[in-house]
Amino acid sequence: MQKFERLEGLVAPLDRANVDTDLIIPKQFLKSIKRTGFGVNLFDELRYLDEGYPGQDASKRPLNPDFVLNQPAYQKARILLTRRNFGCGSSREHAPWALEDFGFRVVIAPSFADIFYNNAFKNGLLLITQPEDVIDRLFRELQAGEGYRLDVDLENQRVITPSGEILEFEVDAFRKHCLLEGLDDIGLTLKDEDAIRAFEQRHRAERPWLFRETAQA
Amino acid sequence: MAGQTLYDKLWSQHLVKERDDGTALIYIDRQLLHEVTSPQAFEGLRLAGRKPWRLDANLATPDHNVPTTVKERAEGNAGIKDPVSLIQVQTLDDNCLAFGIEEFKINDPRQGIVHVVGPEQGATLPGMTVVCGDSHTATHGAFAALAHGIGTSEVEHVLATQCLLAQKMKNMQVRVEGKLGTGVTAKDIVLAVIGKIGTAGGTGYAIEFAGSAIRDLSMEGRMTVCNMAIEAGARVGLIAVDDTTIDYLRERPFAPSAGQWEAAVADWRNLVSDTDAVFDKVVELDAAGIEPQVSWGTSPEMVTGISGEVPDPSEAADETVQQGYARALEYMGLKPKQKITDIKLDKVFIGSCTNSRIEDLREAAKVARGKKVAGSIALAMVVPGSGLVKRQAEAEGLDRIFVEAGFEWREPGCSMCLAMNADKLGAGEHCASTSNRNFEGRQGYGGRTHLVSPAMAAAAAIAGHFVDVRRLAGEPQSAQEA
Ligand code: SF4
Repeated sequence: MQKFERLEGLVAPLDRANVDTDLIIPKQFLKSIKRTGFGVNLFDELRYLDEGYPGQDASKRPLNPDFVLNQPAYQKARILLTRRNFGCGSSREHAPWALEDFGFRVVIAPSFADIFYNNAFKNGLLLITQPEDVIDRLFRELQAGEGYRLDVDLENQRVITPSGEILEFEVDAFRKHCLLEGLDDIGLTLKDEDAIRAFEQRHRAERPWLFRETAQA
Repeated sequence: MAGQTLYDKLWSQHLVKERDDGTALIYIDRQLLHEVTSPQAFEGLRLAGRKPWRLDANLATPDHNVPTTVKERAEGNAGIKDPVSLIQVQTLDDNCLAFGIEEFKINDPRQGIVHVVGPEQGATLPGMTVVCGDSHTATHGAFAALAHGIGTSEVEHVLATQCLLAQKMKNMQVRVEGKLGTGVTAKDIVLAVIGKIGTAGGTGYAIEFAGSAIRDLSMEGRMTVCNMAIEAGARVGLIAVDDTTIDYLRERPFAPSAGQWEAAVADWRNLVSDTDAVFDKVVELDAAGIEPQVSWGTSPEMVTGISGEVPDPSEAADETVQQGYARALEYMGLKPKQKITDIKLDKVFIGSCTNSRIEDLREAAKVARGKKVAGSIALAMVVPGSGLVKRQAEAEGLDRIFVEAGFEWREPGCSMCLAMNADKLGAGEHCASTSNRNFEGRQGYGGRTHLVSPAMAAAAAIAGHFVDVRRLAGEPQSAQEA
């Protein structure tokens, strides 16, 4: 998992509540054998005018010119600003995969669905919750001019707006630690690498036939 | 202090570390990989820039998606017509090559269903922990290996760390004592066990199968029993080591070298539950009382003896069961109190990781020899579990017995066990199947699966409906027959 310490980045607005995982990444794309490449199908139904299917050449599809991520100003957005209950619906881990593959590292909203919340942190996506009125204000500031950026500082748990305003946010200590260190489940287990190596050495000495190179030697 | 169960011993031999939250880090000796549940695990490794912890612990083979007709298989991967299946198989090849993992590819004579291939190669050994992204990994417990299925993110975890986060299970012993009747097999034992304890009866437990009837089984039979532990809700099935286990493993390609054999055998001899070990639960069955089994419903616990009949839902114990039975009968197109022997069949499938080993094929061939598949059967197929099983069967002339009787003799793979390739049931078709799951749609949309032993499947193919294999084989009427 990629580490997350601090990110100063462009913000894209998605002004809609209850964005479900089917909207984030429609089910026909779940057949893939990969966990990358979902970025072109992020928000597929909103983004394109035709129906998407896996393996298509997305560059040939008709774009919905009204959709925010299709506007040139937001092509390099790293932070998504959106409304309440983001990520509701199925448990698909493809939703955070798609957001990250597009380039997002942070989503800011009044609230998130539970399973999505878990999946996002597991995959290195930082979710920030702010009160509805703060979210409203951010939307207004963003719409006032192009190139709205935010500075997200995970270590100190704060977001700094262009005017220098500081918004504090809550994050569970364990999740924060994992993000700062870039630790997923595997990363965590690998913290015990020495214990695993020591066990393995003993195991190999006691039962060499369980190890093929030694057994065949 | 009470002694240890076999499960307790295997657990403590692999415990790397216990965590405060009750989970433990368990060391994994063998991971088997196939094309369906591994692609995203490899992708995850790549994304994180990680390498497999220990290459020699892994062994891969494609099985779920591969075609089983001779013509398509002759073309190798190009013979896979479904583009999604093809991509999965190719991706497994690519990943194994890129990471340096040993793979038996589609046309390698050693290719086959992972749970047939592992033991056959000696890649499953007593005292190992074995995992695979497939729930029937319990099969390998027949060798006193701690084996269970895992999900894709766990496959990645094992690849990267050689460990799994696990919680200790409870201990259950299923004792089957006495002698099985002629024509009654390992499959009938395990179906009878599931019929008795139910599909959730083993949830949270590691089941150790014990008793004289289990000890009398061959390794093939023991694998059939452990394979279906998961159908009783238990992720782990186990059988203690004895001479049968050790004799089976001698000189298998991955088995201990000559120099280590004696030490290995001495170690394996300890892989039995101590006589004073305490089990959280004990279930007992009388082998002599087990008839050949046939499942009539849409869950493996909906099963009865060949002399039995389909239950009447209105006579079931409570309302939930009544509703479940009624739904199952409707899906299966059966009537209450219909005799099992009156169920007419359209297809017969002999194969799957439950019953596609050499001994299974021998039992089926014994019944089919010199007979003809009934005209009313649209398709009767025999799908060996691996290329080596196929070779062995051909060396013994079993293929000719099947073909002469009117069975199709296929190439190895999972085939109609889960119908991911072209082998499927049509809607409404009844199939006598030696596989392990009779869920709705498992063998094809609307298909109706009846789980049976290989001998019972062969007998049904010949009669066109279920028959008591003990009679068909011309055995004298045994005392157990009702
Ligand atoms: S034979 Fe059936 S149960 Fe066994 S691994 Fe293949 S699909 Fe799964």
